Amino acid sequence: MESTPQFIGRSLYDLDDYSADEIMYILEAAKGMKEINLREYKKIPTLRGKTVCTLFVEDSTRTRMSFELAASRLSADVVSFQATVSSLRKGESLQDTVNTLNAMGIDLYCIRHSSPGSPQLVHKYSGKPVINGGDGRHAHPTQALLDIFSIWERLGNLKGIKITIVGDILNSRVVRSDLIGMTKLGMEVTVCGPRTLMPANMEQIYGCKVEYDLAEALKDADIVMGLRMQLERMTEGLFPSLEEYSRHYVLSKETIKFAKKDALIMHPGPMNRGIEILPEIADSEQSIIVEQVANGVAVRMALMFLILGGKL
Amino acid sequence: MTTLIKNGIAYINNRFSRRDILLKNGKIQRIAQTINVEKVEQIIDASGKYVFPGFVDIHTHLRDPGQTYKEDIASGTRAAAHGGFTTLCTMPNTEPVVDNIASVDYVQRRAKDLGSAKVYVIGAITKKSEGLEISEMATMKSGGIVAVSDDGNCVQNAKLMLNCMRYATNFGLPLIIHAEDYNLSGNGQINAGKVATKLGLSGISPLAEEVIVARDIMLAENCGAKLHIAHISTARSLELVREAKERGVKVTCEVTPHHLLLTEEACLNFDTNTKMKPPLRTEKDRQACVKALKEGIIDCIATDHAPHADFEKTREFDHAPFGIIGLETAFPVLYHYLVKPGYISLERLIEALTSAPVRVLNLPENTLKAGNPADITIIDLDAETTFTPESILSKSKNSPWMNQTVSSKVLYTFLEGRQTWKAE
Repeated sequence: MESTPQFIGRSLYDLDDYSADEIMYILEAAKGMKEINLREYKKIPTLRGKTVCTLFVEDSTRTRMSFELAASRLSADVVSFQATVSSLRKGESLQDTVNTLNAMGIDLYCIRHSSPGSPQLVHKYSGKPVINGGDGRHAHPTQALLDIFSIWERLGNLKGIKITIVGDILNSRVVRSDLIGMTKLGMEVTVCGPRTLMPANMEQIYGCKVEYDLAEALKDADIVMGLRMQLERMTEGLFPSLEEYSRHYVLSKETIKFAKKDALIMHPGPMNRGIEILPEIADSEQSIIVEQVANGVAVRMALMFLILGGKL
Repeated sequence: MTTLIKNGIAYINNRFSRRDILLKNGKIQRIAQTINVEKVEQIIDASGKYVFPGFVDIHTHLRDPGQTYKEDIASGTRAAAHGGFTTLCTMPNTEPVVDNIASVDYVQRRAKDLGSAKVYVIGAITKKSEGLEISEMATMKSGGIVAVSDDGNCVQNAKLMLNCMRYATNFGLPLIIHAEDYNLSGNGQINAGKVATKLGLSGISPLAEEVIVARDIMLAENCGAKLHIAHISTARSLELVREAKERGVKVTCEVTPHHLLLTEEACLNFDTNTKMKPPLRTEKDRQACVKALKEGIIDCIATDHAPHADFEKTREFDHAPFGIIGLETAFPVLYHYLVKPGYISLERLIEALTSAPVRVLNLPENTLKAGNPADITIIDLDAETTFTPESILSKSKNSPWMNQTVSSKVLYTFLEGRQTWKAE
């Protein structure tokens, strides 16, 4: 396997910059990477001498670890910048931070930031390729890629597959990227949640279906994905209580009956067990939630491999 | 200093006619088909060029005092001259806020000493524009303010706003409102709509503007206040104004060049020079603004010139401040995108930049007429202007039109007969 010029030095802000063929190419590469992850010695020398920086201006241990592990397994050097323990908290601007990091010779940035559009800024400041690890509510393309990879691996194809995503659609960057990638590959997406957690113009923008009733939304679904419901939405006046939310939108044995038999269960994590999803479902045979995490490392390895011009 | 402008196409009585214009002692001395004088210091051949009264911007932020790294009275009025403006009305949201006569005096004195444009001061409606207590409007009025506004802020308490209106009316002051319900706008960054959904940015609902427009029209109607709505931006707000005008409410409104020309789509690449309040709206709203300007529901154009330094604007979208500069871009972009393709007439554009704002705030007349101050701009509609960080005289360069080239070029600007701008 080898990278191709179309990927080398290219940033990943969101999946709308990538064609269906390019996404499939990434997934193929991820397949190869997954095989490496199953070896006893999980490391290949392809990116030796390259330096990857995880620049996390918003807390996230899981995604950061996934990126760092991916880089390490390809033998890149990894430096980690976290705003909680560093200068951004002291008021240094993102520009100054990136200038400083860049002076140390970074080849690729993986950024998580609460502000939409900040990966583009990091590229503008550094001139280096940037992988978006989540920017505010805007996009989370590596999560979407690992979601799509997980479905593709399980079902063997994507065209015509029906997925229903349930929960806080308004605040979810995962949904936005999933919608772009999944519809591009021919999947049929339905989003479901209360009106106060549903952003405007979803059908027009993404060509998805919008349902407010869970039973209706789950009809004929091949896959059901839950989203994390956050307590702070209550103080924003978007819903009255977790209990009431749960009563209408929880994924349980009972509600999942509306979907196809043996429908796959997904969740980008971290889960609020008992609120948006019950353990009986999260830990069931149908659940591929743990696989999603494993696939995340493979997909991120594939991206770094392609962007930094690796060879196998 | 005497200047003779020969053969220009002059805007007189809402019409264009070829005239010679003689400027002397700061005034327009004569306007005639042909003027021949022997002793004149400067003769400008304006054949084929347009001669307009100096433009009037009733919504300018000069950032002085307090934020002079963004702009100051000298740089801001130079920018005005470059854009063909000879009169500005400054918003009071400086540091400190212009809510007292000492601050009014400061701005007026600096403008007189350093200014390349006339500056009229707008005082705050409430102390520090905090929306809690009425400012000393009457004292400021005696010091020369032409209106009151809490621009940038909006009085949220309706009872207080009613009292502010009654008090301002007592002293003959119009009120200019920045219509924004804080609970509805919240942490919004751009218009609540398709683009906000796509970009994951918090939206500012059109309702945030419309409910305050509706409220303040009702309050003004109740107490007879003279109400001017700043930077109106939505189709529904315009409906409310139209209905109010039909009922005889004393309400006027202005629109900015950017709300006439750009929509939320401009935000798609996260350019912070498309971030302002009110936000860029939808194409439907934009078209409604153009139509309302044409029909006179919108009285005048105002720039809302809002300078911000590069280091403030070049950062994460939701951390960048709201606002863009406008004095130097206003005429060329409006001419290029609205007049040249035929959406509005040149006559209406000039009226909306000259006599209409004068009427809204009851400022001294500035038409091309013998005896009036020689506030004049000469523009070549066939030439082009390219906006670059070097060509922009404002200290700040935050414009969505940066590095674009448009038709028309401001050749000269005169302030009371003194040349304040001349193109290379």
